[in-house]
This record gives sequence, C-alpha cells and structure tokens, in this order.
Amino acid sequence: MPFDDPAFWRAGAISTTAVMAIVLAMLTIDSLEAIAPGGSHVPPYTVINRHIDYAHNVKLGRDMPVIGKDEPLFGKAVDAPEAGTLIERGKLVIQSRACMDCHTFMGNGAYYGPDLTKAWLDPAWEAWTAITGADSREEAMVRFLMAPDQYATWQRRMPNLGISRDEAVATVAYLKWLASIDTNGFPIHFGRIKVSE
Amino acid sequence: MSRSKSLAVKYLTAAVLLFGVMTLAGLMSAIYYINPDFLFGLVHFSVAKMLHIDTMIIWLLMGFMGAVYWFLPQEFGCEPAGIWAAEILFWVFVAAVLVVAGIFLFVQWGPGTEMTLWLVQQGRKYVEAPRWAAIGVALVMLVFAWNVVGTALKSRRITGVMAVMSVNMVPLVLLYLIAFPKIDNMAVDLYWWWWLVHLWVEATWEILIGCIMALAMMKLLGTSRTIVEGWLYVEVSLVLGTGILGLGHHYFWIGTPDYWLGIGGFFSALEPLPLLGMVVHAVYDAGVHRMKTSNRPAFYWTLAEAFGNFLGGGVFGFMITLPQLNLFAHGTQWTVSHGHFAFWGAYACGVLSVCYIALQEQRRLVTVDGPGWVWAFVLLNGGLIGMVGSLLVAGMAQAFFERAIGGSTLEAFIAGQENPWFALGMYSRFGFGLMFAAGYLTLAWNLFALGRREAAVVVQPMPAE
Repeated sequence: MPFDDPAFWRAGAISTTAVMAIVLAMLTIDSLEAIAPGGSHVPPYTVINRHIDYAHNVKLGRDMPVIGKDEPLFGKAVDAPEAGTLIERGKLVIQSRACMDCHTFMGNGAYYGPDLTKAWLDPAWEAWTAITGADSREEAMVRFLMAPDQYATWQRRMPNLGISRDEAVATVAYLKWLASIDTNGFPIHFGRIKVSE
Repeated sequence: MSRSKSLAVKYLTAAVLLFGVMTLAGLMSAIYYINPDFLFGLVHFSVAKMLHIDTMIIWLLMGFMGAVYWFLPQEFGCEPAGIWAAEILFWVFVAAVLVVAGIFLFVQWGPGTEMTLWLVQQGRKYVEAPRWAAIGVALVMLVFAWNVVGTALKSRRITGVMAVMSVNMVPLVLLYLIAFPKIDNMAVDLYWWWWLVHLWVEATWEILIGCIMALAMMKLLGTSRTIVEGWLYVEVSLVLGTGILGLGHHYFWIGTPDYWLGIGGFFSALEPLPLLGMVVHAVYDAGVHRMKTSNRPAFYWTLAEAFGNFLGGGVFGFMITLPQLNLFAHGTQWTVSHGHFAFWGAYACGVLSVCYIALQEQRRLVTVDGPGWVWAFVLLNGGLIGMVGSLLVAGMAQAFFERAIGGSTLEAFIAGQENPWFALGMYSRFGFGLMFAAGYLTLAWNLFALGRREAAVVVQPMPAE
C-alpha cells in the first residue's frame, strides 16, 4: 500500500506546498498592482487634495470611499512629489511613535486606542474643532496630535509623544489618504450611526 | 554533555526567563485597561505591549532553537557544524535583547526619521526591534540554519524529520528579512507584514514545532520513526496546503481585492484540519502507552500542545475567520482571545515539554514527576483559559456594541470599551493573569529545583554515560 510508505506522503507535501506557493505568487502580483497608489483599490497620494467621504454602495452591498470635489489640506493644493513627501514623513511619524502599539490601522495593531483607518472622517472632529479652537478639521487634528495630553478624550489619555507641527501635518495628510483606500467595507457603518442618539 | 546540548540548556534557560518578562509585561498591559492612569507619563501602554509581544516572539524562538540544538546530536550523531559560531551568537543575542528592552523602557520613541527606525524602534507590531537588532536576529537565524543544514551535509546522513527542518530553514531566514523595509503605502506594508506574521510565525514556526514534537514523541513514547515521519509529512501537506492561501484571511480589509474574501475564508476555514490530526494522533499515542511515561510533565505538556493548538488556533481561529463575521470581530479583543490561546497552544506548551525532556537527561533523572509541575500545569493552563474566556466576552461585546451597532467611530469605540461586559472581561482577564503569573513562578521554581531541591520528586541517579 502506498499509504504505508512515508515517501508517498513526502511527495504529497512537496506537491501541495509547490502548488499553493505558485498560486500565492500569482495572486500577489495581481494584488500588488491593485494596491499600488493609483491602483484599483488605492488612490494616488494627491487624493489629499480632494474631498473624501465614506458611503454605502447599494450595488456592491458594502461601504466604500467616495472621492469628491477639490478640498486641499489647509486650503493649499500639493503636487505629486509634495504629496509623496508628506506621506513618506507621515508614515515615519506613525512608525517612530509606535502608533500601531496602541491603535489599529485597517484593524491591525493594538486595541487600546480606536482604529485609525477612517479617523479622518470621524464625526468627533466637528466637536474637536471647537475644543481646540481650530478653524478646520485638519488644524484641530494637528493641535491634538501636538498636545494630546492637554485634550483628554476620556479616561484613557494619549501621551504627549513630542510630535512637531511638521510631523503632525504629515500625519494628518497620511490619515486623510488612508481614509480614501477601498477596504472592502471595513469598518462597517462608519460615521452613519451616532451612539449618543 | 555535548556542546550542542550545553548550548540548548542555555537557550532554554534564557527562554524561560524571557517567558517571565513576557508575563510581567502582559500583566502591566492588563492593568492599563482597568486603571488608565497606571504609570502615565513614565511607561505607556505601547511600551508594555511591545515588551509583551516582542519577548513572546523571542522566548519562543529561543525555545525552538534550544529544542533543535538539544536534538541535533542524536539525529546526526555528531556536533553541529559551526557550533562555535552559535555559542558566540547566543551571548550576542542575549545582550541585544537586554539592550533593546532597555531602549523600549527608557527611550521609547524618537523623531520621525529613518534614524529612529535604525536605533530606537521600527513601530511595526511584533517586529518593533530597531534595525540593528533585527540584523542581529537575522544573523542568528542564518547561523541556526547553517548549524542544521551544515550538520546534515557534514554527517552525510539525513532523517525525514531533519530533511523537513532543513528545507524549512530557507523560508525561516528569508521571511524574516521582511522585518526591515519601511514601506510608505500602508496597504503594501501590511501585505508583506502579514507574510512575516502569518507565513513566518504561523507556517514556518508550525513546521518547526511539528519537527520538534516529532522528535519529542520518539524520545518520550518511543514512537517509531516511520510513523512519526509519515505524520509529519501529512501535517506539512495540511499546514501549508491550507495555510499558504489561508494567509488570505488577513487580506480581507487592508485594501486588497475582494477575491481574498472568498479565498482567505475558504482556506483558513480548513486550517483546523492539521491541528485536529495532531489531537487524534496525540490521543492515540497516549492510549497505546496507557499514559505511562518516565517524564510525565513533558508528556502532559505535549498533550496540552496538541489540544491547545487545536482549540486555540483551530476552533477559536475558525470562529472569526469567515469574512462575514470577521468584519465585526477583526481588531477587537476577540482577536486577542484567539491570539493568546493559539500562541500558547501551538508553541509555548511544546517548548515547555522540551524543557522537561532536556532537564531529565541533564540531571540524570530516571523519572520526572512530583506535585510541583502539576501545580504549574494547572495554574498556567487554568489562568490561560480564564484569560482567553474573559477576552472572548470582552471581544464579543466590543464587536457588537462598537462595530455592529456603533459604526467604529471614536464615540462607538468608547461606548464599546465602557460597556459593562467589556469592563467585566478586563477585570476578569487581570485576575486570571495573576493566576497565570503564579503558574509561571511555580514552573520556574519547579524547573530550577526538580531533581535538586524538590523533595517530593522521585529521583534516582542514572548511571553515567
């Protein structure tokens, strides 16, 4: 019986692994194309010059980002190299402050703070614009990031991580771009329900 | 004792000590949830979290390496090739771990520059260690691979188990290289990061522990090599046959195309199969030998490995793996519940089993038994199951109130965290965490004292070799 011979199972292990690895390689090539900036699921970095929303798509049956009219950050449009520089800096800030060890991005990270995938779109910024004395959502986010310990959200406070203004601006640009990614409907219902109501 | 086995004892000792650091950092992480002002301004949650998960990775890795160095001489009949390099790197590895822990505790973060990623930390979960330290880990992995593959070539003989382990060294080294790059695009970053977390930790590690447990079963129960190797090939087929594309369950929500919902959901739903096979085989072996062995703690930790892996990795993983449910459970304490159970069952129990196997031979004990290990076994497993259950309650409340009803905004997040069921889960988790910590202390004492100070153990000196 071939089943009694380990060589039979060895051949099975090798062939199964090889087939699955080849399929994964093919899917990876396709996926990397889709998630490159400007790909089918990830807008280019210059999307930070546009209005971004998140709405339920009836045809697809899930929530997805909606890219609208011009709405540049801080009222100043940036070109592709400038947008790229902001995104690069923003990612460095996110990694250097270990944001992922308290928060999640696209649900990945730690769970002590809220998920930041759609943080740009959070309705809370309406109130926070007044609390921080800012004149726009992006300015409110910058002020909060620079001195989070001064703006206690609830029992859990975010510590002051020494984020400079330039770093905060880049982080806000990053969060705005992040909100524009099509994440297959995650998180569901975002911003459409008010718990307090 | 051979040089390889001496090195193994060093690695296993370091692993058990780091297990303690992981436990302490885990307790700290639990405290923040019930007292957010805990050490505020000194050591933040993120630091405790980094220490908790990074020491988990390192103690398990050291445990695997200790296990492999322990079994290498018996498999090949000679000292490993390049053992001198491994001996030097052990101390380099330990020193690097201590320095990184110091940086995490006292430096914590740096400015948003590449220099911070090189010197302080990289800010990517599980692989936060700065690049200089990551290079050290890569070097240790490379020498470890050389020790295994080089010894096979030197001895001019190879067993099935060591053949699987040798081939597994290639992805074990290559996949770790993903710990280095900084990728601006979060979607691409997470795509490759999951290769590191899922394919490195959950596939190459799964194969490695499969090989280690195969060697342990031959040692503990005298199971025939033909049977063990046949099962090992079946496990490799199932683990990689389901796990490689099962990787897709991490690609549901990171911006990747929606075909991953179907592919990831289907293959990850099959992932419990090899784990079920492991349980069936463990129960069969235990029955054949009527639960009789000269090393009861090692045997029971092996059984805990089989059941824990199946329940924690398989059943608890299956609960949240289908995209229709994962949409709500993803990134909640529900995931944490699965993670704790899976890592414990899949890896920690196996390493502890090898600790007792090594200890029996090192201290020349005919039998290893006594009340100490039983207390440790009960407290650790009871504490772990209690924590997992508590986190499950908290996670389900979070998935329902924050995600399904609340819509995942800041307001919904706070509502979920303040939900009484969530709060109860957090208090309960801390209580069971204390039980787990008591289990750790009992285990550490038992490993230290067994055959030396523990009076209750039946010890009969073995004749010298």
